[in-house]
Amino acid sequence: MSLRVFIADDEEPARERLKELLGDIAAELPTSVVGEARHGLEALEQVPQSGAQVLLADIHMPGMGGLELARHLAGLERPPAVVFVTAHDRHAVEAFELNAIDYLLKPVRAARLVAALRKAAAAVPDRAQLARAAQAAREYLSVVERNRIVLLPVRDIVFLRAEQKYVTVRTAAREHLIEEPLVALEREFAGRLVRIHRNCLVARAAIRGFERNPGDDEAQWLVVLEGVPDKLPVSRRQWPTVRELVADKRE
Amino acid sequence: MPSIRQNAHSDVLPDFRNLGVIARVLLAANAAALAAALFAARDLVQGADLFVQTATVLEPLLLACIVTLAAASPLLGRLVYWKGCVAVLAIVAALTAAAYAAVSAVAADAAEGTDLARMLVLSALATALLLGYFRLLAKAYSPALVEARLQALQARIRPHFLFNSLNTVLSLLRRDPQRAERALEDLSDLFRTLMSEPRQFVRLADEISLLERYAALEQLRLGDRLQITWELDSAPADALLPPLVLQPLLENAVHHGVEPGTGPGVVLVRIERRGERVLARIENPYIEEQQKRAGNRMALDNIRERLLLFFDAEARIRTSAADARYRVEIEIPYRTDAQTTARTGTA
Repeated sequence: MSLRVFIADDEEPARERLKELLGDIAAELPTSVVGEARHGLEALEQVPQSGAQVLLADIHMPGMGGLELARHLAGLERPPAVVFVTAHDRHAVEAFELNAIDYLLKPVRAARLVAALRKAAAAVPDRAQLARAAQAAREYLSVVERNRIVLLPVRDIVFLRAEQKYVTVRTAAREHLIEEPLVALEREFAGRLVRIHRNCLVARAAIRGFERNPGDDEAQWLVVLEGVPDKLPVSRRQWPTVRELVADKRE
Repeated sequence: MPSIRQNAHSDVLPDFRNLGVIARVLLAANAAALAAALFAARDLVQGADLFVQTATVLEPLLLACIVTLAAASPLLGRLVYWKGCVAVLAIVAALTAAAYAAVSAVAADAAEGTDLARMLVLSALATALLLGYFRLLAKAYSPALVEARLQALQARIRPHFLFNSLNTVLSLLRRDPQRAERALEDLSDLFRTLMSEPRQFVRLADEISLLERYAALEQLRLGDRLQITWELDSAPADALLPPLVLQPLLENAVHHGVEPGTGPGVVLVRIERRGERVLARIENPYIEEQQKRAGNRMALDNIRERLLLFFDAEARIRTSAADARYRVEIEIPYRTDAQTTARTGTA
């Protein structure tokens, strides 16, 4: 049976070249191309339904690059293996080497392609590996609903709250549950989100003000947020940091 | 803005850690001592004798000076030139005094017939002469530095572009060999210019044809995502300008304005003559986080610096962002003189 491959690259000649090479290596490693996309968002829509086993993804694509694409796909029940392709990106290549993620350099050689496809099918890089290799914060968080990936733009997030196994993502429109540690999210989006409590991060931009929280000694203040009715307690420990941030914002 | 021109022309102390500098100091001081010995002596034998005598004091002193100056060199380099000179003189004087004290202590009779004032004046004179010499030397070499700088500034194209272009050519080889051939020819022309003589001016017509070659390559790669509007009807073909001033701007426009977008992006290239000035404007869709990247700034600083080297204060480069468009405008004097070369190269 042939290996099902999906190609994501914003340049048409680059996609053509990869297909040509897949044709060349067919005798050695039979493959079938089950889909093509011109950027990360397009790939995200099509890959889950395509039944692809391996995704060949360019690192630099408009809208969403290969790395973020792979991180969202990793949420699928059976994510495709990913082989990254790049013309020249020293930093990305270093990160891949460091985290044992396979990649190909353009122009791609047929022999390297065969080796990468074989290796990829054997070992799918996991979320943690991809997260370590990423050099920039994601533009989106994602949840999988019935084998479809739903994207939550990070700029729409009002707050994140840890609840046992899950983290609730609250946007002005609705709530979602994701399975990512709050600590990692805090680190990734440090510029955008601020911790107000052991279990809660809020978007700095969404903070409207504070209210007294009478009767609670642990959290004397509540934060009032833009777009949602919830008022969230600020822990005594986080209060000085939060107050300073907001003071900075006013200036 | 700090410029190469100022750097090349302002005086700096030599790097005392440099072997060439050390060798020159040793040679000059010893030659002077030998000349002085021969001058004072009646014949060659006595002269040699005198020189050997002097050397017993001179060599340790010289070595002490060289070691101290080498150690202090990073600090001295940070001082204004004249303060640095004073510091060097002070160091030499202090070491001379110390040498005098040491000689008096070790061999009282050897110190006889010499006095501190004479030694100080001699060492100060020698130091001043050497500093003057190094200053002239630095001046003589600066155009070479400028040239090296020009070369470094010019030889810059994104490796990303090279590898992607080669990949594009590979993808064309089987499907459309003739287009592949043309693409390789375009690529050769680009690289020929990149590796050309950096001091020479080029005709605007040549720079424009380079722009077109570059655009053809990017067009193959990006397809209809790249849309270039050329407004070149009143571009003076015979105007002279430094090579590769416009191409990096077009490359920037594509890299920061078109590549990051999923839809088509329109780039405008307009070049015109207005009286005695040549104006070039390149516009691309403005994508904020892209335009602020270090790569864009670097290319602009690079071009600004080269325009300065070629035209001094007569050239201007401006950037602006408005109405979702990012603009770079260059203004240079309209010159057609075939003999013109970078002024710093001949200064």
